[in-house]
Order: sequence, then C-alpha cells, then structure tokens
Amino acid sequence: MGAAADGVCDIAVVGGGGAGLTAAIYGARARRRTIVFERLVTGGQIATTGLVENYPGFPEGVNGTDFVIALVRQAERFGAELRYEEARAIRRLPDGAFRVETDEGVVRAHAVIATAGAAYDKLGVPGEAEFTGRGVSYCATCDAAFFRDEEMVVVGGGDAAFDEALFCTRYASRVTLVHRRETFRASALLQERAFANPRIAIRRNAVVERIAGGETVERAELRDTATGEAFTLPAAAVFIFIGQTPNSHLLKGLVELDEGGHARVDLRMRTEMPGLFVAGDLRMDAARQLVSACGDGATAALSAEAWLAAAGIGEG
Amino acid sequence: MADLPDVTDATFEADVMNNELPVLVDFWAPWCGPCRMVTPIVEELGEEYAGRVGFYKMNTDENAAIPTQYGIRSIPSLLIFKGGELKGTIVGFRPKSDLRKRLDEALV
Repeated sequence: MGAAADGVCDIAVVGGGGAGLTAAIYGARARRRTIVFERLVTGGQIATTGLVENYPGFPEGVNGTDFVIALVRQAERFGAELRYEEARAIRRLPDGAFRVETDEGVVRAHAVIATAGAAYDKLGVPGEAEFTGRGVSYCATCDAAFFRDEEMVVVGGGDAAFDEALFCTRYASRVTLVHRRETFRASALLQERAFANPRIAIRRNAVVERIAGGETVERAELRDTATGEAFTLPAAAVFIFIGQTPNSHLLKGLVELDEGGHARVDLRMRTEMPGLFVAGDLRMDAARQLVSACGDGATAALSAEAWLAAAGIGEG
Repeated sequence: MADLPDVTDATFEADVMNNELPVLVDFWAPWCGPCRMVTPIVEELGEEYAGRVGFYKMNTDENAAIPTQYGIRSIPSLLIFKGGELKGTIVGFRPKSDLRKRLDEALV
C-alpha cells in the first residue's frame, strides 16, 4: 500500500514467524491495535519447512506453508495488521512508549513484542555466495526439485539438515549429509530415518572448504577433520543448514543479551525494560520449536495486555 | 488481493517481451511453499504499481522453455523485464522495500 503511513498502535510485534503471529492473534483478540512488522516473508523458519510433524494436534503432520497462511488469516481476522516492513530500530521514548523505525516509516507503540527469530548461518567458504541460487541453497524444499536425478550435498547435523536431506531423496540420485562432528543434534527419529535411507550417505567429521563449478555448482571440496585428507564430492546442489544466529541487533542497548545474542526474559516473556517483551527463538533458553514459539507468543501478548492495562492505556 | 495472471511459454513473447510496460514475472510452482509466502508481497506490489508495471506469474512445472532459457534453478525467483530485456533477477526472499527499489529502477 505504498509507503506506510506513520501511526500509533498498542502493540508492535517485530517479526512475523510463529511467535509473532500468535502474539498478534492474542493482541488483536484483546482488542489492542496490533501491527506485525515482517522483514521478509511470514512464518520465519516455518516458511521453508515442508512438513511439520511435531506440532500437537496434527497426527499426520501439517504443511509449514499452510500452517503459516492459516496463522496470518487468523491474526488478520481478529484485526491485526501485517506490514511487510523491516524494523531498523526500536527506541524507548521519554514517556515510556516505543518508537519502531522501519524502512518505510515510524510507528509509535505502547508495547513491543520482539519475535525476530533467528537466521540460518552461512558457511563462509569460497563459492557459497557466488553460487547462491545456482546450486547453493538454504531451502531444499524450494530448490531440490531443480536437481532431479543429480547428486546433492546437505551440510549440517541438526533437525533442519536431516529433514532437508530426507526431502532431497525425493529428487536426488544420491544425498551426502556432511557434518563436522562425530555426533548429531538431530532428533533420534530423524537420524533413524536418514541412516535407514539407501539414498543418503553420511560423512562425519568433514568440513566443506569450497563450492566449485562453472555456470552452476559441480562439486563440493571438503576436508576430513580427523585425517586432514582433502576430498571432493560431485554435487549439483549444496544445501546448508549449519545453525542459526538470533536476530537480536534491534535489542542491543535495550535489554540484556546472553553470549549467543538471546534476550534475557522472565517466565512471562518480560525483559527488564517495562513494555518490551521477547518471545520465540530470540529469547534465552528457547526450545526452538514451533509449538514453544507459538506458546511464547501467547504468553508475551498476555503479559503485554496486562502491562498496558496496569499502565492505564486504552480500554483493554 | 488480486491473483496475478498466468504467463506461459506460449504467451511470454506477447505478454512480457512485447509489453510496453516493464514486467515482473514471479516464477513459482505448486509444491514450493516459500513461493506461496512471497505471493502476498508480490500481489501488494501489483496493486501499488497497477498501470505502471505488468505483473505475471509463471508455473515452472507447466512451463519448461522460459525457465530454462533464463537459468531458473531456484524459486521463488522474480525477474524484471523492460523493452524485451531482462533488467533484474531476484532470487529467494527480499524485503518488500528492496523489490520496490528494483521496480523503480526499471521504471526510470
């Protein structure tokens, strides 16, 4: 709708993933003017997840995209507003309210719920940036189908890496899962499935040093960390899931962050700054699950509502 | 939100190459969840730029020639054309303000 008009709201939610959209549902249902600011696309990490199998109530699993689209509809149905804008700064005003500055404008909010989540980490090796979109990808569910019957490499050892490696077997002639350690963080069930899959080869204690090719990716050059030996895997695609870093730059100077950049909150998702709440993967000790992120979002919105009511803001 | 009209291998020449307006083509596929996440943003831009930029979507499952010609190996991909020439390629997720910037560049 063009450059967003400046405005005022009760609750500004920064980040439109599971935590933020749930906070928006609760905020809007409390009849608070709630605006969600999303930098890229809604859903956060779920936007690139094919099937979510561990969300309670969906015994057959639920498609990540369908789930997010339903969350957005639910939040909008109760009156929350979704703006595709990037929050650039959150500032505390002398009167106790907040100023959210985005790439499109400024909004004054009585309470802020920060749910900016975490971003997938990059390997930082030669070839990674050059070949992004031409074989290097951070989303197998988006891109694996373009490499039908070709060899693929998946890098990482957590749930995301295993999930996506299993997804790749629908298309790949062979998938090699490369992990820098001996053991994996992925859930036992996903590990069992991957180990049992004849199309998946596992390569432990190995790091990718370079991604190379011509027009598109042709191979990954690796090193065995135990023997020091270099080796090459032919690959048309390299999918990277090596962890994530919280998007907490907006909170610097406002609240206390731990070494990993996560915000310290209490059990009600309150930070030490009144009116500022943090939920989901951005907070300390998050379980990093969709269900817990959504739960956090609900808790944060209820806390925000309690804080607004106690501060005598609006009717509630 | 208005649904973007489809462009196909067969209609690409007429709808995109010979369009007197700059054109944005959203390459997507039904199985691509992230493409569906980008759709509402592209549709918002479609309304914003109505009459100034043409907006189309191309299903890469049903059309092979044009995606191959432009080396589409990752979706969602947004390609911007002007006067029959490719002016910009945007792969994956970008902030809406970036997309707007790319469209404004094509309008100059």
